[in-house]
This record gives sequence, C-alpha cells and structure tokens, in this order.
Amino acid sequence: MTMQEDHKDCFVLEGKMALPNQNFAGRLGSRFLIAIRDRKKIMGLKCNPCGKTFVPPREYCEKCWTKIADNWVELGTEGELVNFTVVRYGDRHLPKKPPYILGQIRLDGADTPLTHIVEGIDPRDVESGIRVKAVFAEKTTNTIMDIDHFEPV
Amino acid sequence: MATKRVAICAVAQHKNDSDLWHKRFQGMLLDVLEELQAQTGFTFDEETGVNTIVSCSDDFFDARTISDNGVTDVLGAQYRGEEKMAQEGLNAVGYAQAVILSGYADLVLVMGHCKESQSESRRMIANMGFDPFYGRAVGLDNLNAAALQARAYMKKAGLTEEQLAGIVVRARQFAARNPYANAREIVEAGTVIASPQLCDPIRQLHAYPVSDGAVGMLLASEERAAEFTDKPVWIAGFANCMDSYFLGDRDLTANFALKQAAGRAYRKAGIADPKKEIGLVEVMDAYAYQQPLWLEGLGLCGDGKGARFLDQGGQEKYRVNLSGGMLAGNPVIIAGLYRAAEAALQLKGEAGERQAPDLHRAVAHSTTGAAGQFHSVLILER
Repeated sequence: MTMQEDHKDCFVLEGKMALPNQNFAGRLGSRFLIAIRDRKKIMGLKCNPCGKTFVPPREYCEKCWTKIADNWVELGTEGELVNFTVVRYGDRHLPKKPPYILGQIRLDGADTPLTHIVEGIDPRDVESGIRVKAVFAEKTTNTIMDIDHFEPV
Repeated sequence: MATKRVAICAVAQHKNDSDLWHKRFQGMLLDVLEELQAQTGFTFDEETGVNTIVSCSDDFFDARTISDNGVTDVLGAQYRGEEKMAQEGLNAVGYAQAVILSGYADLVLVMGHCKESQSESRRMIANMGFDPFYGRAVGLDNLNAAALQARAYMKKAGLTEEQLAGIVVRARQFAARNPYANAREIVEAGTVIASPQLCDPIRQLHAYPVSDGAVGMLLASEERAAEFTDKPVWIAGFANCMDSYFLGDRDLTANFALKQAAGRAYRKAGIADPKKEIGLVEVMDAYAYQQPLWLEGLGLCGDGKGARFLDQGGQEKYRVNLSGGMLAGNPVIIAGLYRAAEAALQLKGEAGERQAPDLHRAVAHSTTGAAGQFHSVLILER
C-alpha cells in the first residue's frame, strides 16, 4: 500500500497539548514523602507473611494480599546500586541534563530496589554492586526529589 | 449458537514510515480498510456485513481524548458496535475473538493505528505510563527502563555486543524483503557496534526507529470464514499476563508475565512442547536484546540461554521475525498487531519474498508497559 500522493502546498498544524494537573499523594505516599522531607528517613512497608519489605509504599502485599499499610519499617539511607543505565539523550520529562546515571538502589533493609539518580561518579566508572547513600535536597518540594540523588559512600 | 473457532480471513498493512507528515492517521486507516474490502468483499450491510469494529489507538499519541472517536467514521463504526483496545494491538485480536466466540457477532473488523512522529517525543508519552510520584519524577520511560533490563539480561545470558549487532543486521536483511517495513537499509555489524550509546547498554541501532503505521484484519466465525477467504488462519490460543507495576518489584530477566501468558496460550492451543510444535515466531523486539529474552519467555530457548540460542541458529530454526520484526520499525502500540498480521500472512503463504515453507503453526507476541510488564501471546494455525 504505497501510493504516490500529491502533497504540494500541504502543511502541518502545530499542537501544544499541555495540561498541568494534580495527583493526591495518598495517605501512605504522604507519610513516606514527609518522612524524607522532615526527618531524612526512608520508610518501607513490610509484609510479615512473605518476609518482604517494599518501597515505594503500597497498602497491600501484591503476592499474598496481606494489608501492610501500618507495618512501617525504617530503611537505611544507604544501599547497594544493583543496576544502572547512563541516560545520554535529552528530553523534557528528564530531571537532569544528559549524560546522567539512572540507577536501581536496594536500600539496606529493603527487598525491592528504588529507581533514582546517581551522581558523584563518572558514568565511565560506575558499576553495579557499589555502595551508595542518599543525599537529601536542601530545598524540598514534597516529592521523591527530596532525595536529590544518591552518591557513592 | 456460538461458533467454536475464529478465523483471521484477511490482513492489510500500511507501510511503516518514520514521518508520514503528509498523511493523517484517518487516511492511513482508510487505505488499510479499502484493501481489506478489496481482498474479501466484506460490506457494512446490517444483516450480513461488519457490525462490530475493534480499534486500537492511544490518546497521548493522537493528542486527544477518546481517540477511537477520531476514527469511527472511516472505520465504518458509525451506528455500529464499536470497541477500543487502548494501546495494545494484539489484545484487539483477543477481544475480537471473544466477541465472536460469545456469539455476539460473527464478523469483526480489527483496526489499529499510531503515528509516533506526531509527538515531540515518544519517550515523554512513555514517562506518563509511570506513577506520578516515584517513576515520572526520576524520568523513567520505556527506553531507560529497557536499558536497565538490557544490562541485567546481558549479564545473565552472557549476551555480547557482537550478538546484539547480529540481531540488528539480520533484522535489516529480512526487512529489506518486507515492503511494509520502515528501516530496510542493510547495515554491517561494525556500524551497529560503532553507533553511539543512547542509554547504556542500548545503542542507537539497537533501538527501533520512530514509526508511523496502521494495520487491520477481518475476523470471522468458522461458519462464515469461507465467504471471505479460501485460506483462513485459525486462532488456536490467546492469553496475556500482567506483571508488577513498580520496576523494582520485578525480576527484570525472569520473564514472569510472558511465561504465564505463553503457558496459558499453549494450553488453549493444545501445545505440549512449543519447541516441537511451533514453526514460526514473530516477537515484539523494540530493542535488540529483547529478541532472545522474549524467546526464552516463550519457552523456545532455555532460561538464560539466549546467547547460545543465537549461536546455535535458533533464529532460523524457529523462523524468528522474518518480517524484520519491530527492530525494522512499527509504532509501539500496534507492533503486536503487525506481528500477528505477518504471522497470518506466512500461514496463508502470502508473505512474498519473506515466505517460509511448510508452515502449520505460528506464534505472534506482543508486550506493553516498561521493560515487558505486560505480555500477550497469540497462537495461529492453518
């Protein structure tokens, strides 16, 4: 289906779809973010039957459906970089200018790694398995970016 | 009385292109629809024609809400049963199958479209698929999530740069024989290996090109299929499975959802050992590393054995992606529908220069969500 079509004097219209919006951070999400913002603590939720500690927070264990909403545990602000990539393209949804490291960090006490930015190390030198620590933002925004980034211990 | 089997009677594909600026997606769909009509002679008659249409589109890519409403007229869906499968084309086939099996309709038109070129960045759209609190804020999108999976999988399977390059080189060789493919230029392995890192370890040529496309098919009950084709392709099984939402909750190399989906689809199709019973596979390989990873999930290759599978000629044994695959360029939301269309053409013996001989059964695979969160598997047979 390849037809030769005449598109002389045809043009495209530019659209500018943008819709600033709000999302309720949730009862658990608010507590999680407030702990980061006010106490520089990263909290997880533990499922006792599974023995598994989750971050980010959620109300139920997805495996056994146990309600874990009140079973908060304090995680370390340090952990292991278990996986990473180096973002080398630019886009408006990205929080940093390229190149920068996006990593999966398994915090001490957590079973599920958190995805976040890693700085303080050259992208050429980074490798999985290194220890990293959270660097908290000086100017807080009530978002996960109240952890500004992680950097090598 | 409800039918027992559902046939794909005909398929039609719009050629994939990186920037069809001079064509609206409505026009692309109309071309596809008219080709289906030319092939089968179907009408929109209230008694004997198509009265149910399942479309597939994405509101963000179309930059409007209720994106199916933007195409109802050109699909003949005005005044008829109209359903939308948001963002996942292969599931539109599953939906159409269910509609026919239920007895609600005996003829269903499936039509999908997407113009990735219309948006500033397809990655910005993918970013909106993540949760607003923890995922979007750190800039997660389909590419960087895939890059995390690529690193983990390359380590597990021992996949090398040379093997990744080989996947791309082979994809282009097949794409050159597929008049509907987007990236049809032959590339050398050295060019792939020398292409810049986009998101380590994914290089520019490991990633599918921005693509615009449209694809459609006519499905019918067993009783009516012969009215529209003398070479029906039967749906033997369809299944899907959704993995955990948060990236960190998943083992990115375990193929949990794909194994579940494949297992269910094989059971429905009565397939005990896919390694012995599958003649051709079309997998949705948006990035080169995904081809062996998804083949592991489909059970055609052992766990973590993707690299050896490539070296031992597994791609030719199972006739993997003779279309060129998604690496040669299909829009993300309908790449699975293209996979099904190509598998159906092969079973009909209408795949032109890319035709494989002696086929009985084929698999079409599709995935959506970051790093393969959701997988669908369709088994087709002659």
